[in-house]
Formats: sequence, structure tokens, C-alpha cells
Amino acid sequence: MLQSLNEVVLKVEGLGKDVPSLAGESDGWLTILGDIDLDILAAESVAITGPSGSGKSTLLGLLAGLDDPSRGRVLLDGVDLSALGEDDRASLRAEKLGFVFQSFQLLPMLTALENVMLPLELAGRNDARHRAADVLVWVGLGERLQHTPLQLSGGEQQRVAIARAFAVGPSLLLADEPTGNLDSHTGERVIQLLFDLNREQATTLVLVTHDRELAARCDRVLSLHDGRLVCTA
Amino acid sequence: MMRLALRLLRRDWRSGELRVLLAALLIAVTCVTAVAFFTDRIGQALGRQAGELLGADLRLLADHPLPPAWRTRAETLGLRHAEFRAFRSMVMAGEGARLAEIKAAGPGYPLRGQLRTASAPFAATRIRTGPPPRGAVWVEPLLLQQLGLEVGDRVEVGDVTLRIAAVLRYEPDRSGAMFSIAPRLLMNLADLPASGLEQEGSRMQYTLLLAGESDAVAHFRSAIMNRLGAGERMEGVRDARPEVRNALQRAQQFLGLAAVVGVVLACVAIAMAARRFARRHLDTCAVLRCLGARQGQINRLFLWQMSTLGLLAGLLGSLLGFAAQGVLVTLLGPLFMVSLPPASLLPVLMGMAVALGGLLGFALPPVIQLKSVPTLRVLRRELGGLRPASAGSYLLGLLILATLIGWQAGDGPLALAMIAGITVTALVLWLGAALLVRLLRRLPRRGQVAWRFGLANLSRRPGASVAQVMAFGLGLMVLLLLGVVHDDLLDAWAGRLPVDAPNRFVINIQPGQLADVQAFFRDTGLPEATFYPMVRARLKGINDKPVGPGDYRDEHAQSLVEREFNLSWTTRRQVDNAITAGQWWALDATGNAIDVAQFSVEEGIARTLGIALGDRLTYDIAGQRVTATVTSLRSVQWDSFRANFFVLSPPGLLQDYPASYITSFFLAPQHVAQMDALIKRFPNLTVIDVSALMNQIRSIIERVVLAVKYVFLFTLAAGLTVLYAAIQSSLDERLRENAVLRALGARRSRLWQSLASEFVTLGALAGLLAAALASVLGYVLATQVLELEYTVNFWLWLLGPVGGGLGVGLAGLLGTRRVVSSPPLVVLRQG
Ligand SMILES: Nc1ncnc2c1ncn2[C@@H]1O[C@H](COP(=O)(O)OP(=O)(O)OP(=O)(O)O)[C@@H](O)[C@H]1O
Ligand SMILES: [Mg+2]
Repeated sequence: MLQSLNEVVLKVEGLGKDVPSLAGESDGWLTILGDIDLDILAAESVAITGPSGSGKSTLLGLLAGLDDPSRGRVLLDGVDLSALGEDDRASLRAEKLGFVFQSFQLLPMLTALENVMLPLELAGRNDARHRAADVLVWVGLGERLQHTPLQLSGGEQQRVAIARAFAVGPSLLLADEPTGNLDSHTGERVIQLLFDLNREQATTLVLVTHDRELAARCDRVLSLHDGRLVCTA
Repeated sequence: MMRLALRLLRRDWRSGELRVLLAALLIAVTCVTAVAFFTDRIGQALGRQAGELLGADLRLLADHPLPPAWRTRAETLGLRHAEFRAFRSMVMAGEGARLAEIKAAGPGYPLRGQLRTASAPFAATRIRTGPPPRGAVWVEPLLLQQLGLEVGDRVEVGDVTLRIAAVLRYEPDRSGAMFSIAPRLLMNLADLPASGLEQEGSRMQYTLLLAGESDAVAHFRSAIMNRLGAGERMEGVRDARPEVRNALQRAQQFLGLAAVVGVVLACVAIAMAARRFARRHLDTCAVLRCLGARQGQINRLFLWQMSTLGLLAGLLGSLLGFAAQGVLVTLLGPLFMVSLPPASLLPVLMGMAVALGGLLGFALPPVIQLKSVPTLRVLRRELGGLRPASAGSYLLGLLILATLIGWQAGDGPLALAMIAGITVTALVLWLGAALLVRLLRRLPRRGQVAWRFGLANLSRRPGASVAQVMAFGLGLMVLLLLGVVHDDLLDAWAGRLPVDAPNRFVINIQPGQLADVQAFFRDTGLPEATFYPMVRARLKGINDKPVGPGDYRDEHAQSLVEREFNLSWTTRRQVDNAITAGQWWALDATGNAIDVAQFSVEEGIARTLGIALGDRLTYDIAGQRVTATVTSLRSVQWDSFRANFFVLSPPGLLQDYPASYITSFFLAPQHVAQMDALIKRFPNLTVIDVSALMNQIRSIIERVVLAVKYVFLFTLAAGLTVLYAAIQSSLDERLRENAVLRALGARRSRLWQSLASEFVTLGALAGLLAAALASVLGYVLATQVLELEYTVNFWLWLLGPVGGGLGVGLAGLLGTRRVVSSPPLVVLRQG
């Protein structure tokens, strides 16, 4: 356990992101993330907090290789993401990484079950249906397998999104405000699920959250301000 | 509000659906105005310069010498007059002889418009105020080329030798290639008697031209109008050149309706793009409503946008249409007329109407719903979506389309047939597409993930899939029809003629020459040919009831009754004739018919004129009446190119009337020179080169087909726009879907595969459907219209699905490349 604790899963070096700003300004580029250095260890749980617009979602997206950074690099298990092609990054995600979006991003025309089956099918697993059903039961949606996202409440959708991220048993789970849209009771259940996973399967957790309580339960809290890490607690 | 509308319009430009909307509008406007500009120019040529087209203000035509009363009447009314005679005859030079359309014109011709000549085929032209002087002729360049002559050389016209004084470059009352079979030779009327060509049995048209004060012309017109005899006709400025008018009307209908197919498809694209536009503006409108915008304000906002778009499309499309009509003019113009005036601006109005009509009928239905989006949508996005598209909401649009079709067809039954045709095709396409898409859903879901996903996508959006299969199916069907079926039909038509089918007709053989001409054929080794007598007659009565052009509605029937046509006599039935009713005449031991008062009538003309077995027909032959009973109806294989006759009798009935003889035969290439010798010996004979005529007809057909293909190019573009609109309508969804899939670890190749499998399947299904429809249409055309044997081309079934799969697959991948290439985070941010 100790050994794996010391192992760096995610290494971030001088990471920065600029975006083109709408016409008008002479320069035309806006830095939304600058010079982030960060190590995240295996089985660690890390919270990223910060005011709205400080770049939390951007950082999380870059950690998952969903976009290219403007500067610096992200190493996942020692592999430089920006050195990889799109497809190799996709394979890496399929293999190791789960992502829970701030706005769920479930596919509206697929049922809850089919949504959860997706990553399993993409990974070529034969037991996709079985496994997806198991995970959905685990998040408490055993009765809602055949419902489409629109028929589910916000909290239920959130749980489907988490189930989808869990389904392949990722070693790293990135979650963007997993409790943002939930009432405190449901939020508590979701948090419980996350930490169960963290404990039982040694999954590394990186959570973006505004929720102080949730942040406090993490091993470490990072705070972002105007695209920069200000302190680590 | 207008400023906001324009600002939003500019912003929206980037999102794509406006571009599709504009493209669809442009295509609709372009193809309609291209045809409109073209027909407008010919129409104007017919209208404004009608006087010039007649060479007069009024002209009278007769198939016999002009009644002197006409000229006297004209003189008393103070009208200027001139006359000419037109006929076809061989002209000779040295050893060569060629058919020419001869016009022998008297002093004063033309009364309106001017002749132009040149000293060499491409030299500068010179205006002439009258016909060539005595002893001189002006000829069209083609004749010089055919006979190897130059200006200054001599030609023999009948018995007279005339000098070619100039090249004829412009003749105001000359028609285009569709109406002439040989080049023109213009001579002076005073030289005609010496030629000896004006004789019994030669088909000559006598024309009297009149010009003067419009009152006097009108007076003459009303005085003569009701006193026109058989074979006499009057043409005024308004009804000038009925043959060109008819052809123009048909061209207008043909091209106009071809353009309509493009418009229909473009409207589908407009409807699809507008729906997407509306869907993407639901949120904007919800927010605007939250901020206090009234429904009227929102309506005005979008009306401004739409009318700006419509105006832009109308103007730009008309410009494109103007550019596009140039091609039509090059292809078809020469068939109608020698020169065309510039276009008017009228088609621009038409373009505007099409643009605004398209928007009103097909873009507005979804856009108009925007005003009533609930404000609550700001909080709950699933609220207040668009109502599903229904036929009812597009009722206005369908009416607008029906009006357009009616307008282009210009006549009720044709418009109805077209609407029915489009509806049936759409229904068949819809049924076929729905069936195929349904079958697809039943397909067991096995195989690769990407493949499964692609197919699943198709059946997950059944409505869109069916619409897309329909659109591609239609486009591909048109392509297959014009590309494959058309060639097959032409080949089948050409292939039906045996190689030694007659390729020459010799007409105008006088009874006194018959024995000599037959001897000439024998002596020079020409093939043995049958010579048929021809007696010119006019139908006067059926069952003792008089008939005239007024008794028929059908124009063809009218001209058949008005004109003289040829009767013939024979004892034996020709091999390419078959009796369809009644009996061929019985012969006695000496080979003569027992009863000579019989007619055998070709079934087609019998149908047109309403003649039945047992009817008694009365003909006027050179002023005398001949009556006999119809004892048989025949079918005739006209395209065998053998001489054939509508009405036959046994020998004995017509033998005492003035006749001339005709023959047709196959002239082998090595015998070509013998024809020149024949004409040299018998200058009054006319040799018609059928193969040259066939080539001319073929080239006219080719031009028309090319023009139709050209118009269908717009249909194809419209079809592609539908494809693009269809792709776009699912683009937002796809973008998000694929971004999620990529976030979940799908490789790009897999996404490509899934997209490809979707579009290739779509295209292949459409191609299958198109091949089936094209085969059926080709079969119907061949057997019902052209009466040809038709075997469905195997290539159709290969080209359809494979071509469709590849084409649509490629277009689909190009249209959705953004789905695979944009970074997932960027897409997902846009939520
Ligand atoms: N593609 C982009 N184009 C322009 N601006 C962008 C882009 N991506 C991010 N931004 C800007 O970068 C900043 C950080 O965005 P991000 O979504 O990471 O913030 P966040 O910390 O997650 O905020 P919240 O807590 O509200 O979710 C914001 O100001 C956002 O507008
Ligand atoms: Mg965020």
C-alpha cells in the first residue's frame, strides 16, 4: 500500500492554456491557465477548488487529455500526453481513466444501461451488458436501467454518469463537480460512492468541487485562482 | 430591431445552417432563372421582332399559286406587298448535287427586317435591301462547303445556271436548325420559270408578304380571315412562326419542369436547414423573452433576417442564372433561331419570387414557432422544443410549389401530371426508403462495434434516414436515367435499324420519267428499288359529312386536315405493314383488285382523325372528289425508313390523277457518285439523304439531352445540399456524441468507421432504390413511349448502389469531418 502511495500517477509540469479572445482586443489571446506544476500520487484523493471561472474544468480536461495544452505537459503513468496522438490518448483513456462531466454528457437517445455499456464496448469487453448492469445496481439505479437520461432526475443522471466512469474500473477518476447539482442527501450518497471506490479499488480521485465538506474529506486540497495554483493544503 | 436582426444574421453565418439555407435558395433561384432568361430571350425574339420574323406585318401562305384577289385587295388598301416561293430541290455544281431549301423571292422581299450577306463565309456582312438580282443566288455557307464551291462559282438550279454572288449570312424569317433539313439558296423569283422546277406535284409554298399602316393591315386581315380556302393560312405579328412558338413552349415546359425538380429538392433542404436554425435559436429566444421581448418583436427579428436572406438569394441567384443561361443559349439557341436579343429583367422578378416563396413556404414554419418558446426553457432545456414537422405546416409551401409547377408547365393537364409524377415518385421513394430503413433495424446486430454503431445511428434517426435516402435516391435516379438509361435507349433505337436500311429517298419522279429512272437504276448497278406512286389529296369528308380543321381540337389533326397529303396505290401489302383491323383487298386472277373503291388507313392517323373501319372517306384530288370505303387499318413501322403511306387504295381508283413517284433504297458508299449522275440526268428529282437527316436529328436530340442534363446538374446540386442539410441537422448531436465517445476512449479510426458505415449504407440504399426506379422508368419509356425492346442494364444495378455508397459516403465524411477533428473539450464546453 505504502509503495503504491508513493508512485506518481499524474505529473503536471509548467502546464498552461491560452484561448483566443473574441475580436476587439489587439492581442487576441487570453491566458486561462498558467504554469501549473503538480504531482498526484496513486490512490490519493485530491480536491481542486477555486472561484468560478478560475480554470478548474480546463485543468481537469487537460489532465484527461481532452484538449491540447498551450504550454507544459501532463504525464499519466509517466507517459507524456501531448507527445501522444489523439488516438493513443483515447486508448489510454479507455484503459485507465474515468471522467465525470460537470454537465453529465449522457447520450440522450441511449438508455441508462446503454450509456454505461459504451466505454465497456469501446474497450472490447464481452460482458459489457452484465458489468454495466452491476455498476448501475451499485449506484442504486437497478430499477432504472431502461430509462433514457431525459426520464431521469438530475441526481439520477449524475449517478449514471458516475457509473459510466466507474464501469471499466479506471485507476484514475476525474470528476468535475460531481455533487454540483445534487441535494445534500443525494450528494452525500454520491460522495460515499466515490470514496468507497477510492478505498476498495485504490482508485486515484481528482475532484473539482465548491463543496468545502467534500474538499475536506480529500487527502489534499488544491486551490486555483485566475488560472494559477495558489496554495496546497 | 433591423440592426439587431442583421447583427445576429452576421453572427449566425458561421454556424452553417444559414449557409445551407442560402445555398439551397441560390440553387432554386439559379435553375429557375437560367431557364427563364433563356426562354425570355427566345420569347422576346418572337415578340418584339415579330415583324422581322415574318419579313412582313402579315403574311399569307398557300400550297397553290396565290389567288390574285389577295394582291388586288392589298393594293386597294395601300399595302406594300412582296412574294416568294419556297421548296426543296437538288442543286448541282460540276459532278456534285445537294439538297437545298430554295427560296425564290420577288422584288421588295423582305418588307420588314434586312438580309445580310458577305463576300466569303467569315467576311464582314453587308446589308441588302432586296433579293439577289436575276441570274444571281445567295447561299448559306454549308451549301458551299457541301459542294466545294466559292463565291463566284456557278450552280445549276433545275434547268437554269446561276452565279453565287454572295454568302447569305442573315435572313430575318429563317428558322433554326430544328426546322430545316438543308441549307438555304436564295434566288430571284424571275429566274424560277426558267428552272422548270415549278411543276405539278412539286411541293411548293407560295407566300405573300404585306406591310403598311396598322389599320390597313388589320382591315386586310379581317377581310380575308374568313375567306381562306383549303391549304391557305395567314400569320400575323402575334401568331408569327407557330412552329417556333410550339417548340419554344415545349422547351419551356421541358426545361422549366426539369428546373422544378431542382426547386423541390432545394425546398427540402431549406426546410431542413430552417428547422436546425430554429432549433438553435430556441435558447436565444427564450432568453430574449425573459428579457422582455414581445412575440411581435421576435417575429419581426426573424422576418427581417429571412427577407434579407431572400433578397440576397434572389439577386445573387438571378446573376448566377444569367451566367448559366449562356450555356443553354449555346446548346439550344441555334435550334430555334439564328440570333437572339439580350435578356430582359423579368426573370429577376421571378427569381425574387422563388426565393421569397421558398422562404415563406419552407423556412417560416419552424421559425415562426420561435416566438412562442416558453421562458421556462431557460431553466429546463427539454421544454418548448419545436413541434415535429408535418405536411400541414408546409401546406403553404406545397401550394407555392404547385403554383410554380403550374406556371412552368403552362397548361393544366401537364401540371397535374407533373404534380402526380412528383407525388408518386416521392411516395415510392418514401415507401422504399422506409422499408429499407426498417429492414436495417431488423438486421442482427453483430460485427464490429463501429459498424454496429453506424447502423444503429441510421435506425435511431429513422425519420432523418428515410428523408436522406429519398433525397439521394432521387438525385441518383436522375443521374442514372440521364447517364445510363438514356444511352441504352438511343442505342436500342439506333440498333433496331438494319445496316442496310434505306438511307436515300428519291422523290418527285414524274410519271413520264419513271421508266427512264428505273432503267438508270438497273444500268448503274443501283439496288433494285420499288417505286411508289403518290397522289396529293386533301381529306374533305368522312361518311359524307364535310370535315375541316375546325372539327378537331388536336393541333396535329388540324394540320392533317388542312394540308394535302399523299395517297398511293398498290396491290400487295408492304412487308413492314400489318393489318390490325379489316382485310387487305382481294385480287382476281389477273392480279387486280375486285373492288377498287377501298382505302387502307394507317391506324395512328385513323385514331387522330377519328376514322373507323367501314367509314367512307372523300378526298379532293386536284379539284375532283374521290370517295371510297375504309376496308382495313394498318400498323406501319415508320422508322424502317421505307416509303410508306397513311392511306392506300388498290390500283384503279387513283390512277387517272396526277401522280409523282417516290422510292427509297440503301445507297452503298461506293455508289454515292451515282446520285450526282442521277440528278444531272433528271434535274427535277430530289434526293433526300436520310442518314444525314438522322445525324441531324440525333445531334438535335443530343443537344436537347445535354441541355436537360445541364438543368439536372442543378438538381444534383440541390440533392447535395439536402445531403449537407441532413448531415448538418444531426451535426450538433453527432458532435456531442462523438466528443463523449472520445472522452470515453474511442479511437478516431473507430469514429470514422462508424460514420463511414452509416453514410455508405445510406448511399447504397439510395442507389439501390434509384437503380430500381430508373429501370422501371426506362422500361416504361422504352415500351410505352418509344416502343423499343428494353433490357435492363446490369450496370444500373452496380453503378447505383456502389456509386451511391461511395459518393454519399465521401460527401458524408467530408461534411462531418469536424465531428472527428475538433478537440472533445471544446465541443463539450458548448454543451
Ligand atoms: N475555449 C475557450 N474559449 C474562451 N474562453 C474559454 C475557453 N475555455 C475556457 N475559457 C475561459 O476560461 C476560464 C476558465 O474556464 P473553466 O470552465 O475552466 O472555469 P471553472 O473554474 O471550471 O469555472 P466554474 O466553476 O464556473 O465551472 C473561463 O473564464 C472561461 O470563460
Ligand atoms: Mg467548471
